[in-house]
Amino acid sequence: MQDHGQENDAPIIKVRGLRKAFGSHVVHDGLDLDVRRGEIIGIVGGSGTGKSVLLQQIVGLLTPDAGTIEVFGESVQAKTADEYRALRRRWGVMFQDGALFSSLTVRQNVEAPMREQLDLPDELRETLAGIKVRMVGLEDVAQTKFPSELSGGMRKRAGFARAIALDPEIVFLDEPTAGLDPIGAAAFDTLIRQLQAALGLTVFLVTHDLDSLHAICDRIAVLAEKKVLAVGTMAELMKVDHPWVHEYFHGPRARAALETKDTGKAEKVV
Amino acid sequence: MTQRNRQIEGATPDAPVHGARVSGGVLSLSGRLLIENIAGLSRETGEARAIDLSEVSHMDTAGAWYVVDLQRRMADGDDAADVTIRGADEAQQQLLETVRRNMPAGDAATIPRRTLADRVEALGRKTVATGRAAVELTEFLGQVMAALGRVVIHPSRLRLTSLVHHMQEVGWNAIPIVALMSFLIGVVLAFQGSVQLRQFGAEVFVVDLIAIAVLRELGILLTSIVVAGRSGSAYTAAIGSMKMREEVDAMRTLGLDPIDILVVPRVLALILMLPVLGLISDVAGLVGGAMMSWIELGVSPAVFQSRLVSNTDVWHFLVGMIKAPFFALIIGIIGSYEGLKVGGNAESLGRLTSTSVVLSIFMVIVADALFSVVFALIGI
Repeated sequence: MQDHGQENDAPIIKVRGLRKAFGSHVVHDGLDLDVRRGEIIGIVGGSGTGKSVLLQQIVGLLTPDAGTIEVFGESVQAKTADEYRALRRRWGVMFQDGALFSSLTVRQNVEAPMREQLDLPDELRETLAGIKVRMVGLEDVAQTKFPSELSGGMRKRAGFARAIALDPEIVFLDEPTAGLDPIGAAAFDTLIRQLQAALGLTVFLVTHDLDSLHAICDRIAVLAEKKVLAVGTMAELMKVDHPWVHEYFHGPRARAALETKDTGKAEKVV
Repeated sequence: MTQRNRQIEGATPDAPVHGARVSGGVLSLSGRLLIENIAGLSRETGEARAIDLSEVSHMDTAGAWYVVDLQRRMADGDDAADVTIRGADEAQQQLLETVRRNMPAGDAATIPRRTLADRVEALGRKTVATGRAAVELTEFLGQVMAALGRVVIHPSRLRLTSLVHHMQEVGWNAIPIVALMSFLIGVVLAFQGSVQLRQFGAEVFVVDLIAIAVLRELGILLTSIVVAGRSGSAYTAAIGSMKMREEVDAMRTLGLDPIDILVVPRVLALILMLPVLGLISDVAGLVGGAMMSWIELGVSPAVFQSRLVSNTDVWHFLVGMIKAPFFALIIGIIGSYEGLKVGGNAESLGRLTSTSVVLSIFMVIVADALFSVVFALIGI
């Protein structure tokens, strides 16, 4: 990570004073968050604290009620359709369970953003999409399969391949390891780490998976009480005094994850 | 890593952004090797035995693929497959390595062309599948009939709330559309009939025309088609989405029979309500016809009524009514059966919903034709 260029110290995502409410239910109020270029940031929080809502606002699927969101130093909200399209090309989103287009094969799913954004010859587009599918660790036979023929883990990988189809600078991953078996989840963590290094990605990771947090996140942001309660490395957050944060990082599952990490560190290739 | 971070503000679209030049056995690449440029890049490698990347400012996965592809081409031309890449920084090196690991093995994963044998095979498979579906549908019909029989023996098994709910959905709520449609059909029949009949002064026979057409065929047939589109599709969609969310499986594990709970009330509601809708449709059709006859031909409602009563056999009405419960059974069974066939994905739900509507309308018309034959044979 440290070899990432520091020519640009401004945060790649900058959220200030964000407020979002659905009816009388306030989800975010005065939320601030900075994401640095080239890091993997994990977003954690209890159910209903608006992790996914935050993600949706940053990528422009939801409009905040108040506050500013800047990505690459440009505001996401005040955009014409064309400007937004140009901006959108520079990030990729992987939804829970992949959200693949069910009428397209895996490779066509990965080709979809290329087809939309670029004018490439068919053969070249297929080759490049094929590389992306292989990069996320799917077999060649999976390329011509439809999403309904894939397992949950394969669908997530295919969704990841589609998110990185255009070599984005940021990828947003919404619970990438939820619903995977521990081995599959660990493999997915490794995959994120590898591709993050190879493609120089900034990763915005919404997760509940303590193992993921330990294994791959550079920093962790805790969402609670309608704002980002704490941001920092795992070690820093272990010391935070807030009851929920303390419970989260000192509960039995957190301790178990920490022990696995410490014992497994030596052989883990990241 | 900075080399590959596209800096939009720094890009000058007019300036040359990429290039390839061969000199002294070295292919020097320069500029931006990005996905939007590489389609236009040359694949000429000349006699070069090495690739120099030191002037490459940006490179993404597509650019890395281009470099690896060039390297392969150069190696293929010669047995000494030792083409070096130099001048790549650490990040580029890593990317090249990742791409090289994931290069396609060859022309893998292409869809084979369909031959005549494939088509014959597909036809055969489809025929067998259709036959199987017919057997399954018959089996399902048997299961539902058995469940209906159990309800007759033990009326307490009947889900009364559900039945009334579905009767309201498929019956009461469908009255406006069914009545309006039949009214308009009556109007059209009277108008078209009068134009033809007037040519030989037989205007008054328009009453017989309307009465027989509406009571015997059109009233119930068109009602069935509307109900199939309205309620048959709703049955498939409702049961199908429950199947998709594993609610049907959950019922089975709780010892509840999905046929008792989901199918019987729906089919029974249709069997009870379709004759009622057919009756409403008959009345509306006759009213429409009578109105148009009055306006267009001057046949007063009183004349229309007396001719209707004296000249039209009551069997015309009964024939229509007898068919109604059978059509209802067809629509209900097919709608529920297709719903229970839905698999795990949203696409199958949409496909089976449309199959359900098309199939039930088709089967209703087939049944109508069979009824015509039977009634003709027994002389009604």
